[in-house]
Amino acid sequence: MPAVEATTPTIRKTALNAVHRQMGAKMVEFNGWDMPVEYPSAGGIMAEHNAVRTGVGIFDVSHMGDIRLAGPQALAAVQHISMNDASRLAIGQAQYSALLYPEGTFVDDVIVHRLGEDEYLLVINAGTREKDFNWVRDNTPQFDCKVEHLSDDFTQIAIQGPKAVNLLQKLTDADLSAVKFYWVTRGTINLLKAKPRRYLSDILIARTGYTAEDGFEIYIPADEVTSARVWNEILEAGKEFGVVPCGLGSRNTLRLEGKLPLYGHEISDTINVWEAGLDRFIKMEKPDFIGRAALENAKAVGFKRTLVGLEMVERGIARDGYKVLDEAGKEVGYVTSGSPAPFLKKNIALAYVPPALAEVGTRLKVEIRGQGVGAQVVPTPFYKRPKKN
Amino acid sequence: MSYPADLKYTKEHEWIKVDGSNATIGITDYAQASLGDIVFVDLPKPGSEITAGKTFGTVESVKAVSDLYAPASGTVNEVNGELATVPEKINKEANTTWMVRVTLKNPEELKNLLSAADYEKFVNEEGGH
Repeated sequence: MPAVEATTPTIRKTALNAVHRQMGAKMVEFNGWDMPVEYPSAGGIMAEHNAVRTGVGIFDVSHMGDIRLAGPQALAAVQHISMNDASRLAIGQAQYSALLYPEGTFVDDVIVHRLGEDEYLLVINAGTREKDFNWVRDNTPQFDCKVEHLSDDFTQIAIQGPKAVNLLQKLTDADLSAVKFYWVTRGTINLLKAKPRRYLSDILIARTGYTAEDGFEIYIPADEVTSARVWNEILEAGKEFGVVPCGLGSRNTLRLEGKLPLYGHEISDTINVWEAGLDRFIKMEKPDFIGRAALENAKAVGFKRTLVGLEMVERGIARDGYKVLDEAGKEVGYVTSGSPAPFLKKNIALAYVPPALAEVGTRLKVEIRGQGVGAQVVPTPFYKRPKKN
Repeated sequence: MSYPADLKYTKEHEWIKVDGSNATIGITDYAQASLGDIVFVDLPKPGSEITAGKTFGTVESVKAVSDLYAPASGTVNEVNGELATVPEKINKEANTTWMVRVTLKNPEELKNLLSAADYEKFVNEEGGH
């Protein structure tokens, strides 16, 4: 069975907490963290969401965790505990992957970055930090590789949107045009307001994100002074692009439009890879890894539910946990994430339903306050960013 | 934030504006600000009865679903149909954007509600800001 998650006696704060409060952010508790949900001064969730779709927005995502694996057998260790094929990664490349239980269900989803010949960085979710670290450490003692928990070492800032590259390029000497999506580089973060010239050197800059938009995530030292300084420099440099600070509210609606899974919702310790529709990120042909046998078996047996996208066709908003009904009103599944989609201007949801009801166009209902409200299975992702010419 | 003195308030953040035996009901400036972008309002049909202290509808922002509590009992005469298409009006003009118009059943109930000054004191204590 999975290791028991450590309980958090006190609520945790990122190094930017005081900055968020000063800017008037509305704060909420999220997975044990005191985080901004929206910035009324930036116009709130919808304005933040649309700024990321059309311009640029920045997020404090320092609550995300980081695990480093380094040593001669680091690759073998990563391969053993993750479902994607890390042997395909060039130095400087990253991939979406997941840590699986032997049952083929999720410990967490992660981004695996290959930073050096024998060095990998796993970026993990806030709510699963301790569980993930213990899992990785306890399942890799046989490998000649050091496992370090670096979650508290970094302030992680996500700069997201079609203008993110223009904004960040103003602040770094690294050539961002040479960094492709899901690749990383190292470079300076220049503090333009400082005289004489000051900069942070050797900062990890990854072209990744959780918004279904182009963008970057930078990993800077976690002290409060540096964190606040960089945050403010980004806002200043981004003024010409209309940058706004964004909270977890828009982060959630952005990732939902892009059908990016959220741990505890679309993926969890009771949902397997096939059900979640993440086939693209699992490499069954690579050497054995935790969860593989169960998934091979699950595939042969077939599965009872699958993740679909729903769009409300009648008036109502599906929310996390609401029941999904068939046309006759019989309960057939549940909503994992549901919300108004600010950019698409529709009410959308992700839901688990039986495969027989998963075909695009299938009419279903979502139970909202005791009433079945009409919905329809639609193609996903709901939103796909326009390809650049 | 402003809380007009001619309205009465509930601790659940609704206001009621009384005119003889009729009244209009909406949500407060504090409520709209806490909810954020309002995207959906679910209101009772004209003719329905609402009961003081009981829910009579829902208001939803992008992030949250919040029940509406009746400040007083009565019969719904009219629903603000505009809110079906422009719910964000509540964010802009909370104090004047009514949701339902009711005929009051028991005006005595209004005594239990908060004055603007008391409501403001209440939200300052509750909101901690």
